[in-house]
Amino acid sequence: MSNRMIAAKALVKCLELEHISTVFGYPGAAVCPLYDELSRSSIEHILVRHEANAGHAASGMARISGKPAVCCATSGPGALNLITAIATAYMDSIPIIAITGQVCTDQIGKDVFQEADITGAAEPFVKHSYLIKDAEALPDTVKKAFYIAATGRPGPVLIDVPFDIQSAEIEFNDDDYSKTVDIRGYKPGTVGNKLQIKRVIEAISEAKRPLICAGGGLFSKNSFRLMIKMAEHCDIPVVNTMMGISTIPSEHPLYHGMIGMHGQKVANRAMNECDLLLLLGARVNDRAVLALESRELKVVHVDIDPAEIGKNLPATIPVVGDIKVVLKQILEQLPQKKHTEWNNELKKQTADNRSSSPAPVDRTSAVNPKSFLKILNRLIPSDSVIVADVGQNQIWTANNIALSGGGRFLTSGGMGTMGYSVPAAIGAKKAAPHREVIAICGDGSFQMQMMELATAIQHGINIKVIIMKNNRLGMVRELQTERYNDNLTAVFLDGSPDFIKIAAAYGINGDYLTDEKEADKALITLLASKKPYILQVEVNESAVSLI
Amino acid sequence: MINKKHTISVLVENHAGVLSRISGLFARRGFNIHSLAVGITENPTISRITIVAEGDDYTLEQIAKQLNKLVDVIKLRSVKNEELLSRELLLIKINCTPAQRPELIAIAEISEAKISDVSQTTMTLELSANQMRISAFEELLKPYGIKEAARTGVIALQKGANSLTG
Repeated sequence: MSNRMIAAKALVKCLELEHISTVFGYPGAAVCPLYDELSRSSIEHILVRHEANAGHAASGMARISGKPAVCCATSGPGALNLITAIATAYMDSIPIIAITGQVCTDQIGKDVFQEADITGAAEPFVKHSYLIKDAEALPDTVKKAFYIAATGRPGPVLIDVPFDIQSAEIEFNDDDYSKTVDIRGYKPGTVGNKLQIKRVIEAISEAKRPLICAGGGLFSKNSFRLMIKMAEHCDIPVVNTMMGISTIPSEHPLYHGMIGMHGQKVANRAMNECDLLLLLGARVNDRAVLALESRELKVVHVDIDPAEIGKNLPATIPVVGDIKVVLKQILEQLPQKKHTEWNNELKKQTADNRSSSPAPVDRTSAVNPKSFLKILNRLIPSDSVIVADVGQNQIWTANNIALSGGGRFLTSGGMGTMGYSVPAAIGAKKAAPHREVIAICGDGSFQMQMMELATAIQHGINIKVIIMKNNRLGMVRELQTERYNDNLTAVFLDGSPDFIKIAAAYGINGDYLTDEKEADKALITLLASKKPYILQVEVNESAVSLI
Repeated sequence: MINKKHTISVLVENHAGVLSRISGLFARRGFNIHSLAVGITENPTISRITIVAEGDDYTLEQIAKQLNKLVDVIKLRSVKNEELLSRELLLIKINCTPAQRPELIAIAEISEAKISDVSQTTMTLELSANQMRISAFEELLKPYGIKEAARTGVIALQKGANSLTG
């Protein structure tokens, strides 16, 4: 039976067949055929206020749902605005599908209105990209794009669709949406090499001071559960990278916090004193791991991406494979072990650290971020999603947020993109409407994304925003104080508006918090709100990242 | 670590944009390319790119791994130079008066080069050989004055029965 339709309609049908229920985007002339079809589909379109935020929202959604999420923009500037979000997703291995409009095929290369070579411009930041030149190939391309984004090491895939292609008639039947994908240049491996698995088990059995460093890769198919099982089975302490926060409940007796230049002393000490480091789904970023090479240390590196193994740190035992499969393989044969002495050393330090009170700051007009986050920890539901932005707020949150099992921490870890938290929270909330989703940002980063309050209100997305306000670009201020002789320049946010009034203008309630003693009350109100809510927390301008 | 030259044969999808993905990868990761030659293979949907790159063992391993990550890269093989059958084509135009022609014809003959074009003042020669012979040939012609020269970059196949196919 013949089933003719325009390619834009087929594209929407493909998205429906991929179980996409939400698309974040911003229309323009070059994507009008797609938007026309989208309006008649089962898919909800969330109109963001800047294209980058469509990408960040898709990223937030993908991280919570574990499946690719879709963002959409028009040709030229619309597509170019998406690049930061695509690059942010690429650095953190988040599967998003970016669909962009493009000028008509016969006009490509002529520098016509709103033309940009987006597949070329985005090339360094995509897992793969397609410029569609044959309308009939569109459905198959969409299938491949979803497959590439979701499998192996996840990442963003861009599909650039010229205007005339969107309007061209093609034959499309749901059944034709091929069920299996075969790409000859793309065959991600999943199973770990048996010999290497055997070596890992031997290494764990021989180790006196083993340590697991948990990375963001462990969120893939909830593999973190197997990691916890392995840690408990062999009594191995666990630290994590920033991307790995919330792979293990914060109160877990084997957990010792985040590593790296902004991490916990005890976590870094564990990294430096262990004799076997099990890097699980972590890519050894420069901010996370420094100078481990100089000492005797066995490194087991498990990653789905062979290129990450040995890139930043030589691995004694490299294991390429799907982390879930590899952990299963290891657990099948792993004998139990105890490391009482090694654990006791670390536990003592962690306990001291957890019970220590934060350094006193002037309480009359400012809130100590550490104390504030401790109160937040006490009040939030255990399955909350906390999205930290970038800057001091990110470090405060990363080090002090305590999420028990089921909670999730999100942030732009690799790229460090300011303005990520609010749109990512919007995406996360769409993926998990019943969970509490809280964005924590600074007054600098908030002003890169406050237009998205309109998106939240317009589409009834009940996110909460906490602004840690210190009237400074705090992270840069701190750097200038420490390294540039306190020459503070270009870090003052003097022109900022009253954020609670701004929120009110959007029809969003909010409150100011200047006294720590009021924090409980303020947070209870925030959490009780059935609509978006903003809390502005006054923080001392001289507060440091590591508190 | 010691830098060495490596020849990498890469089979890629034969469609637009692939070369740009590969050259972009080398540029942004700071890998040095000595030469790069592209052409179609026995299978019209596949092109073969022959890259001569320089680096230490770490860099060469990274080049191979990063290339493999590209979806358009079907297969690749990095082969030691002694196991390679490699050729480059040189076209070279040199100053040549009618009186000098016999000498140059003799040089061409000894070097197994062909005479492709002759004018009143120049002679153009072509030579297909490995890089070492090409360079030696160029040296030999220098005294006459090289007006212009073009080299294709190395293409290579592995010696023996082994082959790299899609």
